Amino acid sequence: MYVAEPMKRSTNRQSEFRSSALIRLQPRASGTCVTSATDHSAVGVHPSRAAIFLLSCLLAVTAYAQNTASLPPPVEQPVDFTAEVRPLFEQRCYGCHGAAQQMGGLRLDRGDDALRGGNSGAVIVPGDSARSKLVRAIAGVEGTPFMPMVGERLTPKQIGVLRAWIDQGAEWPDSASAKSRSVKDPRASHWSFQPIRLPSRPKVGNEAWVKNAIDAFVLARLDSEGLEPSPPADRTTLVRRLSLDIIGLPPSPQEVSAFLADQEPGSYERLVKRLSASPHFGEKWARHWLDLARYADSDGYSSDRVRPYMWRYREWVVNALNQDMPFDRFTAEQLAGDLLPNATVEQRVAPGFYRCGLTNREAGVDLDQIWFDQVVDRTRTVGEVWLGLSVGCAQCHDHKYDPISQKDFYQLFAFFNRLKDVEIDAPLPGQMGPYLLARPEYERKRQDLLREYCIPQLQAEWEQKLLEAGDNPGQDAGWDFAWTQLAMWDFKYKVVRTPIEKRSKRQRDFLTDVFVRQYALAVGKEEFEALELDGLQEKLKKLDEEFPKLTQAMVVEEDPNSPRTYVAVRGNYKQKGAPVEPDTLSILPPMLSEPHTRLELARWLVSDENPLTARVTANRVWQELFGRGLVLTSEDFGAQGEKPSHPALLDELAFRFRQEGWSLKRLIRRIVTSATYRQSSAQRPELEERDPNNVLLARQSRLRLPAELIRDATLVASGLLNPDVGGPPIKPPLPPGAADLAFTNASKFWEETQGPDRYRRGIYIHFQRLLPYPQLSNFDIPNAAESCSRRERSNTPLQSLNLLNDPVFFEAAQALAARILLEAPSPWEDRLRHAFQVSLSRDPAADEARQMRDYFQERVRKLDANPQWASSLFPNRLEGVDPVRAAAWVGVSRILLNLDEFITRD
Amino acid sequence: MISNDYEQLRTRRSFLRDCACGMGSIAFADLLHRDGLTAQAASVPEINALAPRRPHFAPKAKSVIFLLMDGGPSQLDLLDPKPELERWDGKPLPPSMAKNLKMAFAKPTAAVMASEYKFRPYGRSGMEFSELIPQVASCADDIAVIRSMHTEAFNHHPGQLLLMSGTSMAGRPSIGSWVLYGLGSESQELPGFVVLSSRSKDSGTFGGPSNWTSGFLPSVYAGVPFRGSGDPVLYLSNPPQVPQELQRDDLQALRAMNESRYAEAGDMEIAARIASYELAFRMQTAGPELLDLSNEPAPIREMYGIDNELTRAFGTNCLLARRLVERGVRFVMLTHANWDDHDFLRKNLPKNCDMTDGPTAALLKDLKQRGLLDSTLVVWGGEFGRTPVIETRGQTDPEKVGRDHHPLAYSMWLAGGGIQGGRVVGKTDEFCMSIVEDPVHVNDLQATILHCLGFDHTRLTYRHMGRDFRLTDVGGVVVDKLLA
Repeated sequence: MYVAEPMKRSTNRQSEFRSSALIRLQPRASGTCVTSATDHSAVGVHPSRAAIFLLSCLLAVTAYAQNTASLPPPVEQPVDFTAEVRPLFEQRCYGCHGAAQQMGGLRLDRGDDALRGGNSGAVIVPGDSARSKLVRAIAGVEGTPFMPMVGERLTPKQIGVLRAWIDQGAEWPDSASAKSRSVKDPRASHWSFQPIRLPSRPKVGNEAWVKNAIDAFVLARLDSEGLEPSPPADRTTLVRRLSLDIIGLPPSPQEVSAFLADQEPGSYERLVKRLSASPHFGEKWARHWLDLARYADSDGYSSDRVRPYMWRYREWVVNALNQDMPFDRFTAEQLAGDLLPNATVEQRVAPGFYRCGLTNREAGVDLDQIWFDQVVDRTRTVGEVWLGLSVGCAQCHDHKYDPISQKDFYQLFAFFNRLKDVEIDAPLPGQMGPYLLARPEYERKRQDLLREYCIPQLQAEWEQKLLEAGDNPGQDAGWDFAWTQLAMWDFKYKVVRTPIEKRSKRQRDFLTDVFVRQYALAVGKEEFEALELDGLQEKLKKLDEEFPKLTQAMVVEEDPNSPRTYVAVRGNYKQKGAPVEPDTLSILPPMLSEPHTRLELARWLVSDENPLTARVTANRVWQELFGRGLVLTSEDFGAQGEKPSHPALLDELAFRFRQEGWSLKRLIRRIVTSATYRQSSAQRPELEERDPNNVLLARQSRLRLPAELIRDATLVASGLLNPDVGGPPIKPPLPPGAADLAFTNASKFWEETQGPDRYRRGIYIHFQRLLPYPQLSNFDIPNAAESCSRRERSNTPLQSLNLLNDPVFFEAAQALAARILLEAPSPWEDRLRHAFQVSLSRDPAADEARQMRDYFQERVRKLDANPQWASSLFPNRLEGVDPVRAAAWVGVSRILLNLDEFITRD
Repeated sequence: MISNDYEQLRTRRSFLRDCACGMGSIAFADLLHRDGLTAQAASVPEINALAPRRPHFAPKAKSVIFLLMDGGPSQLDLLDPKPELERWDGKPLPPSMAKNLKMAFAKPTAAVMASEYKFRPYGRSGMEFSELIPQVASCADDIAVIRSMHTEAFNHHPGQLLLMSGTSMAGRPSIGSWVLYGLGSESQELPGFVVLSSRSKDSGTFGGPSNWTSGFLPSVYAGVPFRGSGDPVLYLSNPPQVPQELQRDDLQALRAMNESRYAEAGDMEIAARIASYELAFRMQTAGPELLDLSNEPAPIREMYGIDNELTRAFGTNCLLARRLVERGVRFVMLTHANWDDHDFLRKNLPKNCDMTDGPTAALLKDLKQRGLLDSTLVVWGGEFGRTPVIETRGQTDPEKVGRDHHPLAYSMWLAGGGIQGGRVVGKTDEFCMSIVEDPVHVNDLQATILHCLGFDHTRLTYRHMGRDFRLTDVGGVVVDKLLA
């Protein structure tokens, strides 16, 4: 239940603090933003008193609201604007409503603008000061925030002057308007808004160290700090590092030895080239993009319904990255693939990007609210992914730190408010032929079934009654309820309201399926079963399963009937402010082409004029390869984000990335072939002190592997990995009880994947938002509630329990033991070397070999004493292998797979 | 020695990041006082992001038990008596009230439904409780009831997000994570934020994991669900093939190998990894000990109803909550799903009460008799309340009807550390349609909970996406009337 006006928080305490209301009263909308402690201190208020001030603002509002007649009276003499009114505006209003900033869209330094008003309409009604919002705000009437929000209240006399001026006609002499000198917003000089220029390569001391331009920038900085770079990592470390970074899988022992054996010049570059041509490249780099796209295989919110075909978008991303689709095209297809001339199926699939966000299908939700929230989410996501700006902050009010007005937000919003969510056939290669061949028979059988159960008549009657209930509720509770249910999601009600002849084939079939599923809601279970419609449901399901289907895709298209977009006053979609047209942020170079379509927006994002996209993207690639971006806050290039550690290097990377055809593979190759990338990651005592976070790049960083890669590395080492690329998600076994806490009864839909598919890479694991696969969530996969540009790398005891005790990892240890025994002949030292090779890509050091030998001997001794332990640790029999020794190898394998080194990229 | 360790801790990358603002200095101060060295290997410093930390000012409560009554219990039938409704029973709401109403399912013309349960005064204050919860009512002198709760969300998941994380948008840290981030944990053997759950229907909570997510806070502060089947904590047991003796040997060998690596690479992350394995192993011992209730004396078992089929699930969780708090666990969330009685209110509401009333009262009394209630804040309630009007889902049979969601005026209660028992805060109109006195927004409740724990809610912040976030979003005023 809900009332139209948001409830005002108030209290009956005395309002003795009224006069000290110094902080801004933040309007509350759907909770996008916070007033933080720093905000308070920024206006000179001790933070601990913030609550009191906030309270007192509200007190004041309520107190006045009870007595609107108590406006201070207008003064009785004629008022001179220039002498009396403008100084008041200047002193008390321009700070927020002047040339530099127009909070709420209101500008009070120019007559035209002032009389036009702000986002929520006019604030000055000439001749009627009592109805003028401006007067009511400064007097604290109504729910309008008490103005000015900072400093002392205006005196009754001052209010009286303003009232009189308005009552006398609100004359605003032209000469009194601020000169239209272009007052530039000082925030426009922020570094990331400046054009990208190719910087000149700096001079460095040790030219011999420099392998490409990247190194010159890094070394120049190190020179200035008086630091030396680290020596290159050894070649075994390099081959593992490259393999994990480029394809996300550790190298095989053969790959390692081949690289070590290749002494010819260019061996490193050849390895890089081979790896970046691997089909696993797309799997590795797609994961990062899917984090940004907030990808998941279910809706989220409490019902969290499965999205059976969301993976079709994931497939597109993997393929696009494998083909090294230029990033400008990668952008255009995802944001506007449907608008491309003669769009292919793949181009139609790409805007699945928009559909990755959450959908609330909880019963009783307000559909307008849901749509608004979705468009807000899409706007925020695009702003963060391509511009690296927290545009979402401007949903309710002008951005507090960045020059993004609320109007800007809704201009961007307007592009996506014209969308319509649709599902399409998105056949994969090889599906179309068999489908078309079988279609006539399928159609015949389906129609026969429907006729046999009198569906056409029943459905027509059902639609009729639903429409009656929808138009005129309160007649019949049963039909009312059925209508409410129908109206809830997927826009089923819109189909019912579409005349039959105007429905597409797809809509007709869809509605018939809805009818068969939901008829019971209207007529009750008894009648439903009397008509044997439950039986029909089964038969239709079976029919669908028997015939070949086309893969579907969740996409969007332009909605010709979309409503106009307005600024949502205070972020509340019900309060329409000024209308807006699709456009970009006003601080950035304008879109020159007309009309402003999504396709033009995409082109603008990757245009030479936009300084953000190339920087933001190059920085994220850097982050993936060094563990932190040149701009640490890879999600925020605004004023609150970190400054770049190497601004010239970032510009060099961004400029050439854009200039040289937006090739991600080329950018990655440039970075990984630098001397900077190839450094050892070992910590150096003097750096620990000087540069603990490795900002200066005097070494590489050790990075714990992302969640999926821990699974992948384990499957590779144990030899269990199924390296197939693409296809529907898999569901590995869930531990007992894992699904206990989700609202939806997850065990119902978590049908374990059988056969070799259960050993596929982590990226393919079904992502149920309310039941993320435990191993992945233990290792910090994002929750997909919002775009994630930077994953956390935490280190928790639950991770330790996971690697130690999860049956999947224990099975891997058993498999690794078997692999060692089968692949490496004795003696024991050779086996140990092989075990190290397959798990860590290197030979054991002497002390490690000694430690493992001691462990092994002690383990054999214990297992000899307890043979039943041995047979359960390693139940299989291997020809010529002593079962106790085999079981002891399970122990060695388990230790190797739990090592910090195993789950770390050195 | 100590200052060297401090330097090493200071430079650990993620630790610095975790403590980028807000609590950082407090955490460091406390770490200084901790023994920085482990017994086994003097070279590897101990790392613990969960070390106990001091709040902003002297706290009243040290731990919290949050009884999340999923779905929205009917305040009209439990905590907020409305005798006036009997006159209106079966009639539509007066038009002035029905105006502007928008409900999830019920029509604005729906009929008023009076509570059929009797209320009577309890305790010294004489506050009224319904006959459905006589046991909780018998603790009246320790309880402060808020009858003037309100929230913005009128659907479950957004409502629970708002109640547990301060806004209705997904992705923010849960209150338990905020508390753990602020205070660390007294227990070095158990997770600092534990989630227990029970249910009366075939479903878990609407919010699911978003109720205990650490959001953008480091995941070490996330709630750890204890499960009702399988391992209580996922992967707590050894693989069935691995006896405990071998597990210990494996861990020792693993530690030695990791130490060698640390000596070579010098990365504090390796030290942290070693510490995580140590804590994991301690949890493997402490977990089963915690869950072994066989040592609890018969009167205690009886009090919590753990040998009674109806109360076993919830009662066991209440007893576990006490045992967790006793062992220094900071925040226990105990969910019961669900109270979403759109229909069959007369059947389901008494059932939920019968399942939970005795154990809830037992928890309060048991904490009190052990002297733990003073330092434990107990919170009871759901994401919203229920309407005074009837919701008919195609049914008019009085046995089958229920009440719709009601975010504008509903009830919750608190007890224990920092709370003034025997007090009723807030008042609703005669229909319980809206609040007439002392409205308490869910953010105000959160501010009050943090206050009891010694925090100024505006200063417990974390920087994310360029902003300092806090639990109470842009709202929150401490409700002084609740405080002792």
